[in-house]
Amino acid sequence: MTYTAWILLTAALVGLSCGLIGVFLILRKTAMMADAISHTVLLGIVLAFLVTKEVSGPAMLLGGILAGLITALLVQWLQSLKVQHDASMGIVFTTLFAIGVILIATSAGNAHLDVQHALMGEITFIPFHTITLPLAGDIPMATALLMIVLFVVLFFIAAFYKEWKITTFDPALAASIGIPVAAMHYLFMGLVSVTTVASFDAVGAIMVVAMLIAPAASAYLWTDKLSVMLILSGMFGVSAAFTGYVIAAWLDTSISGSMAFATGIFFTVSFIFSPKHGVIAKAVKPAV
Amino acid sequence: MWSLLITSNTQWVFFSTMMLGIAAGVIGCLSYWKRQNLMSDALSHAALPGVVIAFLLIGEKNLLVLVIGAAVSAIIGAFSIQWITTWSRISEDAAMGMILAVFYGLGIMLLTIANRSFGGNQSGLDSFIYGQAASMVKSDVMTMLVLAFVVLLVVFLAYKEWKIFLFDPQFAKGIGLSIRGMSILYTSVLVIAIVIGIQAVGVILMAALLIIPAVSARYWTQSFRMMLMLSALFGGVSGLFGTLISATGKSLPTGPFIVVVAAAIFIISLILGKEQGVLLHYFQLRMQRKKANAIGTKERSIT
Repeated sequence: MTYTAWILLTAALVGLSCGLIGVFLILRKTAMMADAISHTVLLGIVLAFLVTKEVSGPAMLLGGILAGLITALLVQWLQSLKVQHDASMGIVFTTLFAIGVILIATSAGNAHLDVQHALMGEITFIPFHTITLPLAGDIPMATALLMIVLFVVLFFIAAFYKEWKITTFDPALAASIGIPVAAMHYLFMGLVSVTTVASFDAVGAIMVVAMLIAPAASAYLWTDKLSVMLILSGMFGVSAAFTGYVIAAWLDTSISGSMAFATGIFFTVSFIFSPKHGVIAKAVKPAV
Repeated sequence: MWSLLITSNTQWVFFSTMMLGIAAGVIGCLSYWKRQNLMSDALSHAALPGVVIAFLLIGEKNLLVLVIGAAVSAIIGAFSIQWITTWSRISEDAAMGMILAVFYGLGIMLLTIANRSFGGNQSGLDSFIYGQAASMVKSDVMTMLVLAFVVLLVVFLAYKEWKIFLFDPQFAKGIGLSIRGMSILYTSVLVIAIVIGIQAVGVILMAALLIIPAVSARYWTQSFRMMLMLSALFGGVSGLFGTLISATGKSLPTGPFIVVVAAAIFIISLILGKEQGVLLHYFQLRMQRKKANAIGTKERSIT
């Protein structure tokens, strides 16, 4: 495959997996948790790097997942001590992120990890780090990682589809019929972390938030059905990734930044033109 | 390091980050009681495109102009969040996350263009992401000091109005205090407190300076006035010591160190604080249990 094809494939994979996970973030009203986790994943990746001394997929993935889960646990713990929910999130993620940045700036500074890269992602370098897999041949490491993560995400969504639905829309009912609501919460936070880590190399810490939230929020304006929302959100994610690439190529600028911006375009269009929840529809037919 | 400390420019830099911490601590208390802690995070990220656009327009790094650009784009961000939540069924946190990331993405797009057209990283705009207090010059310091002073003045002159606005909006309406006007004033001081911090602390971590000191102060007092004072103190100490630590190394970012100092103060407050601090809470619980046990045994011995 050509250089551009790899980049587009990687971007599409990011858009798809983030789009799917994002749906549950929106419906569970934990969108800012994505912001928190995407920041703290940086610390996990840095620590994994400092321990193993190499930028390897599995170690980084593990570090990222741990960091994500620790964030979720700490936020929960602070909340149990009567700190406001959003304040506890704000305290936990800024602090862990600050420690991550300090570690990069002081010890890992001249290695592959640098602050700029971690934050903005550099999708243009992805095709250069390849690994050889049986059957598939030489494929970029980040792309392979994203494929695995997409399968994991799809597997968990499909396997527990009914459980996700009940815990998301009616946690009280879920608890009463014996679904482990807390365990599902942490499983979900784990999935968010995995997706974030895998997307990290491509789009960086903050743009992944756009990929997680905006496509799902756009899809939420078009439909009331969970299955349709999942499909739409995935489609929006992939389309935004492609649109972002085109904008970046046209203006010769940061690809990840343009992708985040493109998700904003998709949302703006949905926000204005959605047949049921859009601004125009509401202005024409007020007070439903 | 000590030779660094005695040069007058650095002293001004320390003074200005301290003032920044004080202003952020005070405004943080307002956000805390408005229960909008993460709004500052969204708005500080949303400030980035404004900074870059202002830079592209004037072609030089003048903090006052960049701060105005930052303020304009942060306010656009604030309005967008409000539009999205009032006009659609998207919840506030989703709207904040989206605005934060999309604006930041736009900022990075523009930043890449700015860096390209002004040769490498010559523009020095990268310091606005993590904060680089060392890159501030005298005029930057003055801009920060004046704006921080304005913010503090607004809060202290209208202290009574703020209190009513935050704690009893119903009563405020009753005595004819304009809620809308106060909301606009609140957003304005919040935005000013955020944008004056973008050079020293950076857009990503500026929110921490607004959130952490206020929550820490809450562990020591029940009075709003005292909370403002303590939060200002904690913010000022974080700003000062964070900058001091980062000045010991070469080209270390300032923002993360300020945040880590603030977090240390938070952990101390969380454990030792006299209102709901973990340690005190634990002893109270034990004492109560002992008392309950004692009463229990007495009752049992009577019967």
